[in-house]
Amino acid sequence: MDERVFIKDGIRLDGRRFDELRPIKMEVGVLKRADGSCYMEMGDNKVIAAVYGPREVHPRHLQEVNRAIIRYRYNMASFSVEERRRPGPDRRSYELSKVSREALEPVILTSYFPKSVIDIFVEVLQADAGTRTAGINAASVALADAGIPMRSLVSSCAAGKVDGQIVLDPMKDEDNFGQADMPIAITPTGEITLLQMDGMMTRDEFRQAIELAKKGCQEIYRIQRKVLIDRYSQFEDLQDEGSRR
Amino acid sequence: MDRKIVIPGDLLSEDTRRAGEGTYVRNGKVYSLLYGIASFRDKISVIPLAGKYIPAIGDNVIGVVKDITFSNWILDINSPYDGLLHISEFPKKIDVEDMSKYLRIGSSVMARVKDVDPAMKVELTLNDRRLGVIKTGRVVEISHTRVPRLIGKGGSMISMLKKELNCNIFVGQNGRIWVSGNEEDMDLALKTILLIEREAHTNGLTDRIVEYIKDARRARG
Repeated sequence: MDERVFIKDGIRLDGRRFDELRPIKMEVGVLKRADGSCYMEMGDNKVIAAVYGPREVHPRHLQEVNRAIIRYRYNMASFSVEERRRPGPDRRSYELSKVSREALEPVILTSYFPKSVIDIFVEVLQADAGTRTAGINAASVALADAGIPMRSLVSSCAAGKVDGQIVLDPMKDEDNFGQADMPIAITPTGEITLLQMDGMMTRDEFRQAIELAKKGCQEIYRIQRKVLIDRYSQFEDLQDEGSRR
Repeated sequence: MDRKIVIPGDLLSEDTRRAGEGTYVRNGKVYSLLYGIASFRDKISVIPLAGKYIPAIGDNVIGVVKDITFSNWILDINSPYDGLLHISEFPKKIDVEDMSKYLRIGSSVMARVKDVDPAMKVELTLNDRRLGVIKTGRVVEISHTRVPRLIGKGGSMISMLKKELNCNIFVGQNGRIWVSGNEEDMDLALKTILLIEREAHTNGLTDRIVEYIKDARRARG
């Protein structure tokens, strides 16, 4: 094992305690052309999510007669990591697109829009461990911004294990040299829609990690909620919108 | 008035009988389905702040012909779903060969949604005195979520606009609005409609719009 020390006196390399998230910044409606969009920073991760639809499905054969399909594209910019990444999809981004889509699918009411598609694009501009969780958080807010009916938002973050200690939201070095990394996504009512893990943890550590990640997700949920509510706070005093006709 | 901004999943009520549009019930409680404005009356409903127009039977819409098939015009109605206008729904009896004489690609029509089936086949009709091909005037597009505001409670806003602006106005539920009148009146009408779209959430809008129109008229003299 590496000789490095990741936690000293309960403080991590970047000054966080073991149960602390990295600073989060979120902005809604950053893209004019998209139906819904969201920019998000989680520490040094920078992602942007765009939602289009519901719209007509192309190619036609993918369309479902009784519901909307959901497409999720996770893509890393070539400049998002230290060494230039070859552009285009690879095995990793295919997997992340799939699991991220499946993390959001359970909350979207696809039966409202038969024969259509909801496209979600997530672009990673800068990566620092935890881009899939940042992508899911941003995509979930972008979906709400697009006016798509959902049972709730989805919040996502990871827990990991470094120096034998379970930590929340590992950053790059902790992820690369740590012993385990476990991203989860969860609805505010506590349904887990994504759960992945690599590395080794004991059963007890696993339980501890889930609890810690859940706490992180709750904090993220508060931020997601606040950013959506604040967007229209200038219209504090609302009045009769009248009937539909 | 009891209104507030909600996001999907927000708890609205513990009384399932109050569940209205834009809400869902789970475990005996009412939650919001949308990011929008919840209004708490007898029923609680959530009006979205964004989203695509989904056709419903009886809606008036403005469509643009994008294709002509055998006996049907296919219309873009600003929605994920196309509108179909059958030749028999044209107010006049016409031959299949003459379809493009009456409505060519790019023509706009004021139509009504006659039927929507579960597969989202949208059938339109022109069979009403108020409906028909658009030959004069202008069409402006706003978000369909702002249309209720443009109409106002019981049509208060729209009837005021027609009177004050001296224009004929046809509101499509899909967010397309047709305005017809003299050029100056139409300029003002378009400006006013876009103003309503921008300020749809604010208080006392109808009164402010009346003032806005009066000011604009006075400035012109």
